[in-house]
Amino acid sequence: MSLVSSVSQWAVPMMVLFVVSYSYYKKVDVFDTFVEGAKEGFETAVKLIPFLVAMLVAIGVFKESGAFEIIIGILEPVLSLAGIPGEILPLAFMRPISGSGALAMTTETLQTYGPDSMLGYMASTIQGSTDTTFYILTVYFGSVGIRRVRYSMSVGLIADIAGFLAAVFICSIFLS
Amino acid sequence: MVNKIWFFFIVTGILVAGIRGEIGDMTAALLDSADKGVTVAFGLVSILTFWLGIMKLIEKSGLLSIIVKVMRPIAKFLFPDVPAEHPAMSSILMNMSANMLGMGSAATPLGLKAMEQLQSLNNDKNTASDAMCTFLALNTSSLTLIPTTVIALRVATGSTNPTATVATTIMATFCSTVVAITVDKICRKIYRGR
Repeated sequence: MSLVSSVSQWAVPMMVLFVVSYSYYKKVDVFDTFVEGAKEGFETAVKLIPFLVAMLVAIGVFKESGAFEIIIGILEPVLSLAGIPGEILPLAFMRPISGSGALAMTTETLQTYGPDSMLGYMASTIQGSTDTTFYILTVYFGSVGIRRVRYSMSVGLIADIAGFLAAVFICSIFLS
Repeated sequence: MVNKIWFFFIVTGILVAGIRGEIGDMTAALLDSADKGVTVAFGLVSILTFWLGIMKLIEKSGLLSIIVKVMRPIAKFLFPDVPAEHPAMSSILMNMSANMLGMGSAATPLGLKAMEQLQSLNNDKNTASDAMCTFLALNTSSLTLIPTTVIALRVATGSTNPTATVATTIMATFCSTVVAITVDKICRKIYRGR
């Protein structure tokens, strides 16, 4: 626990220190270069608004209506046997399908249960350690005209399941 | 697919609320959620701006090309069919590096470039080559070392310890990547055997 959390605490500041020092040593104009890259930040965030609103509205309606509780109620007994909280399941289903959708679900989880709760830790880890398999498959293969994707769809989904299970178990071991 | 899920969520939600007699809460639920979407997006502005600035420094200082060099032996192991000097190899390495740094939006254009170059090595233009499948496996398992977007999101939602999940993310990513590479190698053998 203490090792994991101190690695986590040090990782980002050390990375920033290293990147800035190295760039300065390499005679990069650090301030101007930083600003040049940072310019895209606002634009990127604004571009996310329609996706976040669309998905959060759908999730919000689904949850508020009680439909979500009904589905969780059915699945929970099975999942709790394996130590997987039911609340994290919608994210697992959304992650391979839509990146922005998954981001919205993670947001929803962090807001509802708090970013520093166990569910918040799990959602954060899942979001970081898995990727949007269907999207990548469609865009990457689509761009070069590949029609037969062979085994890559199964490999991608197995990797997502592995990432999801690993995230749930690693969080419950190291962050409890 | 997302099309269907979105439709399902909205329609089921409103119908279930109607049946349970809670339709009165629906308007507020719709508007509150929309409000949340905008609030979160603006909460991301500060961190995204900061990280994109740092990323630019990584690129300009030549750190990105150092990472590429370090990863070359791993890439040789993963892509035995791709000649080391082929342009596809450097695109693959750049894509992997961008992914590791959590630069999702920078990784995609590099990945598409790599795909295009892998296609030039492909004999059957309609069917994915072995190297393409491995490349996809790596991308879908995600190789994140610094989950920048997640850190940003944790800050935006008021976390007292936004980087708490960096280490767990690295461990989980490691698991999913090892599984992806192993399953890919196994599938490759099975498909060759046929």
